[in-house]
Amino acid sequence: MVNRLSKAQVTLPSDHEVVVTRQFAAPRALVYEAYTTPSLVQRWLLGPPGWTMPVCKMDVRVGGKFRWHWRNDQDGKEFGFHGEYREVSPPHRIVNTEFFDPGEVGGDMGNGAVITVELTEENGVTTLVSLMNYGSKEARDAAVSTGMTDGMEQSYQRLDRVLTEHRSTTI
Amino acid sequence: MRMSDQLDATFLALADPTRRAILARLAHGEASVGELAAPFTISQPAISKHLRILERAALVSVGQDAQRRPRRIEAKPLAEASAWIEGFRQIWEANFERLDSLLEELQRDRPSKRGHKVKGKPR
Repeated sequence: MVNRLSKAQVTLPSDHEVVVTRQFAAPRALVYEAYTTPSLVQRWLLGPPGWTMPVCKMDVRVGGKFRWHWRNDQDGKEFGFHGEYREVSPPHRIVNTEFFDPGEVGGDMGNGAVITVELTEENGVTTLVSLMNYGSKEARDAAVSTGMTDGMEQSYQRLDRVLTEHRSTTI
Repeated sequence: MRMSDQLDATFLALADPTRRAILARLAHGEASVGELAAPFTISQPAISKHLRILERAALVSVGQDAQRRPRRIEAKPLAEASAWIEGFRQIWEANFERLDSLLEELQRDRPSKRGHKVKGKPR
């Protein structure tokens, strides 16, 4: 059943926002619980391979704060996020601020983002929509760029070659 | 930052259905302005305006035939734009796949509330 559900999709509705959408084969209340319970969040919100989450504190109520730290297995470097909850409406909506702690990893993601998570359920399938508003194009671009890795360079060079070869054979 | 300007120009170029259709046509081989305009009801000058946006974004180049001036698709900006987002998407997909496993485990360990009460330690 899981194969029929959509995988993560990313769209850019404006120059300062990112939207991540994903479907889950689980009731909404359970997805909400997995999103807001620290001991559960620590098991999945891990980012790229090689990172653990030694700090996961979340006080999920209006005005409550959260703090997340990740640590790299290999070099021990850490970075994190912290913020505050602005809206908490179980089981369907969470709005929070999110500020980047560069730690030893470095980088700058501007003055903080506002994250709005909405969950809807139909026929046992929960759709998550996470709207990340970075407030500026620079901060949004920096956040999306955290996904760039050395592997990407090889992938798009390959794509470029394939498309160039295809074009030259159709002329 | 040049990379950032190029990405902006790419996304602006892609944010129009006519321009996307032009690129789709060029992916099958080069074409002149007249050939590109043929499937559309909008005018050739309007198509030329779209082509200028695509050329500014380096998504389309002009071939050497001075009379025909064939347009060609240039893949690199597209590949760079999709690679930029794809890495970010893959990080989130990896997180969500772990969340899938966790949700499966939680549902296994806790039958639905319509069933009988479950004894045992909460996870």
